[in-house]
Amino acid sequence: MLRLSPRYRYLIALAMVGMLAALLFGCTPNDPHSTFDARGPVAQSQLNLFWIILAAGAIVFVLVEGAIIYSIIKFRRRRNDEIPEQVEGNSTVEFAWTAGPTALLVLVAIPTIITTFDNQVSPDQNALTVDVVGHQWWFEFRYRHPDDPEKEIRFANDLHIPVDEVVNVNLGSEDVIHSFWIPKIAGKVDMIPGGGNTMWIQADQTGFYYGQCLEFCGVQHANMRFRVIVHSEEDFDAWLRSEAEPAIDSPDPLVQEGKRVFLTAGCTACHQTQSVVNVGQVSLQGPNLTHVASRTNIAGGVFDNRGEDGEVNDAIFQRNIRTWLEDPEKAKTGNVMAREAPSYMNPEDALSEAELSALVAYLSSLK
Amino acid sequence: MTTIPLAIPRPVHPTGIWSWITTIDHKRIGILYGVTAFLMFFSGGIEALLIRIQLARPEQNLITPEIFNQLFTMHATTMIFLGVMPLSAAFFNFVVPLQIGARDVAFPRLNAFSYWTFLGGALILKMSWLTGSAPNGGWFGYSPLTGITYNPGHGIDVWILSLQVLGIASLAASFNFIVTILNMRAPGMGLMRMPLFTWMTLVTAILLVLAFPVITVALIELFFDRAFGMNFFNVAAGANAVLWQHLFWVFGHPEVYILILPAMGIVSDIIPVFSRKPLFGYGTVVLAGVIIAFMGWMVWSHHMFTVGLGPVANSVFAVTTMMIAVPTGIKVFNWMGTMWGGSLSFKTPMLFALGFVTMFVIGGISGVMHAIAPSDAQQQDTYFIVAHIHYVLFGGAIFAILAGVYYWFPKLTGRMYDEKQGQMHFWLMFIGQNITFFPMHFTGLNGMPRRIYSYYGGLGWDFWNLVSTLGALILAVGFLIFIYNMAKSWRKGEVAGSDPWDGRTLEWSIPSPPPEYNFVEIPHVEDRDDWWEEKQRRRERRAVPVVAGGSDADEGHDIHLPQPSYWPFFVSLGLFIGGMGLIYLMNVDADGIRTLNWAALTVTVAGLFMGVVSVYRWSFEPVNDPEPDGGHAAH
Repeated sequence: MLRLSPRYRYLIALAMVGMLAALLFGCTPNDPHSTFDARGPVAQSQLNLFWIILAAGAIVFVLVEGAIIYSIIKFRRRRNDEIPEQVEGNSTVEFAWTAGPTALLVLVAIPTIITTFDNQVSPDQNALTVDVVGHQWWFEFRYRHPDDPEKEIRFANDLHIPVDEVVNVNLGSEDVIHSFWIPKIAGKVDMIPGGGNTMWIQADQTGFYYGQCLEFCGVQHANMRFRVIVHSEEDFDAWLRSEAEPAIDSPDPLVQEGKRVFLTAGCTACHQTQSVVNVGQVSLQGPNLTHVASRTNIAGGVFDNRGEDGEVNDAIFQRNIRTWLEDPEKAKTGNVMAREAPSYMNPEDALSEAELSALVAYLSSLK
Repeated sequence: MTTIPLAIPRPVHPTGIWSWITTIDHKRIGILYGVTAFLMFFSGGIEALLIRIQLARPEQNLITPEIFNQLFTMHATTMIFLGVMPLSAAFFNFVVPLQIGARDVAFPRLNAFSYWTFLGGALILKMSWLTGSAPNGGWFGYSPLTGITYNPGHGIDVWILSLQVLGIASLAASFNFIVTILNMRAPGMGLMRMPLFTWMTLVTAILLVLAFPVITVALIELFFDRAFGMNFFNVAAGANAVLWQHLFWVFGHPEVYILILPAMGIVSDIIPVFSRKPLFGYGTVVLAGVIIAFMGWMVWSHHMFTVGLGPVANSVFAVTTMMIAVPTGIKVFNWMGTMWGGSLSFKTPMLFALGFVTMFVIGGISGVMHAIAPSDAQQQDTYFIVAHIHYVLFGGAIFAILAGVYYWFPKLTGRMYDEKQGQMHFWLMFIGQNITFFPMHFTGLNGMPRRIYSYYGGLGWDFWNLVSTLGALILAVGFLIFIYNMAKSWRKGEVAGSDPWDGRTLEWSIPSPPPEYNFVEIPHVEDRDDWWEEKQRRRERRAVPVVAGGSDADEGHDIHLPQPSYWPFFVSLGLFIGGMGLIYLMNVDADGIRTLNWAALTVTVAGLFMGVVSVYRWSFEPVNDPEPDGGHAAH
């Protein structure tokens, strides 16, 4: 048997404790993107499989690395070592270490295949359906109008869903390949231009979740985020109806001046202020702004509009939208608006301070 | 031979730069490959350090998003195509002919051509930092992001042409090594007596020959889309956006084994020597390598589990991917079996070989994790994958390559590296590897996407990113020691002798550095570890003390070696110039209007003309001039 000096034993014990501590320290379910904190059946099934394969992997890791360390210590060359016996192989042992891993992998393969099929097929084909469309670099969401099957409601950046209900998601893209990922609710599925990927999601708890594009999609891939707000069923219905309402048209003169700027400065080439459109109508290039002031974030998650209570805060929104409009290139380098909007392309078309303030007032009124 | 215009006298440069440009000696070409590849590897390392420094803290703006995207694209492309692959090629060149008892490769001039073409492709890529149009589409170059609509400019064209030129180099080298290994083994060396490194070189070369045409076709299609407005990947015109991914990964996954199999070969040679035992289960290890290479073709879609291929495809590729773990595991177990009961010496090569095994096990386990298609959806494109690939390619391939460098350094230079510095290098690498890459498992499972230039604080990523960056700095220090050790020992190291490790394979039976003709007499091989057995036999006979080689310099005088040649270099130069021209062939403006760049066309034609003329001259140049004008051809 292997005999170790106490120093070695101490070192090995220390290394094992350190690794265990690092593992525990590394898995922090409270973080917003953590995959260890499944809040829905899809993420849960994926996490369950991860635990299975992690356990299998840990066994293999300990056995193999342990045997290597054992050999290193036990068979290290000593003075006066004879030339060892020239063993060329052993069929029994070799068969065992072919069959063993194979059996282990079969055990892992079975739940893998079952879950693969389960996650693909939605348990409720008639459930609420959301179309998610990727743009460089923001997410657009489209819902069927609750009253008018010919119409749909469009908005951006925040995905609202009811709790405890299956939601079927159709994924697409207007430009390059993106990916739809809500770590706590479901693993990623790619959003392919021209391709019709579908998935289903379900959240077990109301709350606020983080989502992000996970497929490299160009210069601002890092800032292509979205947020998921999971409502109770009543809240969700109320929210959907409010989202279908037309934009508020405040009589405030500054807002009206801002609206004039919005309509004349070229914004409408890419942005709409009408959330209800015909089904299948081609979207403009920029996010629909009908209720922009009620969104938790703008510019694909570059700006967070929430106050400390977690609700959208008017003052923060105003500050954010102003920073964004003042210099979008600085806030999100390479974004399409900074590149293509006349106000940013041509110095003579740049917004004056008065126009900017009016525009900020107008956009802040769009709740 | 009749007089042909453009006649240039045969090069006779025993020393100096022209002796290197015209050399067709496999050992010198091996050195050229190795030195160039390490320079490229270090440039890729600097790119990696810049990435790590940018990500050390949240919300840093040291690097613009565009430059960041160029950095990670260049880092991966450099490390794969200009680092690990040519480092393996350096070993193919230097080691394989020595291991099989040959005097050179089958096609020495083609070998020189491979190197110079590789250099040309490498320069095309790396020079893009100077022209300001480095590629930025990722090493995988997914369409439509790499299409002209979403990626104007010439960055992607640089990437395409560089890979095409590198592909020519790789294909030429692969054919060369397949023929060399199959035809030029010393008498008695049956296939099942070949050293493992030679075996894995053969398997890798076959993989390369089969895999590269796929990416070549895909790159041509992409180039035609960009330059001439074709619609292979144009979704607006009805193309399938996923087609590129299939083509890329049908190449890309065998490519992974092209990177790792030579590393496994190196380790399979080193562990027996430092254990003083033959490789445990030689036949199984060979077979496992062949099976890995074969199955490498059946797993490409595990890179595409989230693309939406459907549950049937995902299940099949999940299972095939798991299956590939079995032959991989067999290799690991056989290395352990080799060590079991041995007499282990922990010189630097062995340390790196063991580092390879231990790190590769971790990378292999996380690899099987990715085979679980549903849970892979939570890991794909996160830092968990970054951790995985670096355990396989850095802890794996690079550790094995460094093991090989230390192992064959005395054979290459005739001198010994500094053992103390070698060990220091190893421990810095081993610790640095784990400090850099292990935390990426955590950041990945904590949902950090890869390929993002910046991140916000408060997501649980700050601490581990800082740790990773510190680890990268440790690795950098390790490499500085390595460079110092190599540079110093090459000139001033202790004289190593022909067989410093008590080696088992033929390369240790000849002097260090080997004479130009390698073997005075082509050996007759009687056993698998022939040199080891030969030494045992001599010991038993108590014959002459075991001295390798019989290194009398005069003995080689009657040996005919192929003479140096200018033409491989000039064919490669033509390819380089032609490739540079093609990059800028078409200008595409913002509205998609294409105009021909006449200057670029001229350069392209000039380069191709140079290449064709040089090929023509090459084909009429005899291997040895009939009229000897000196050197070894003299009788």
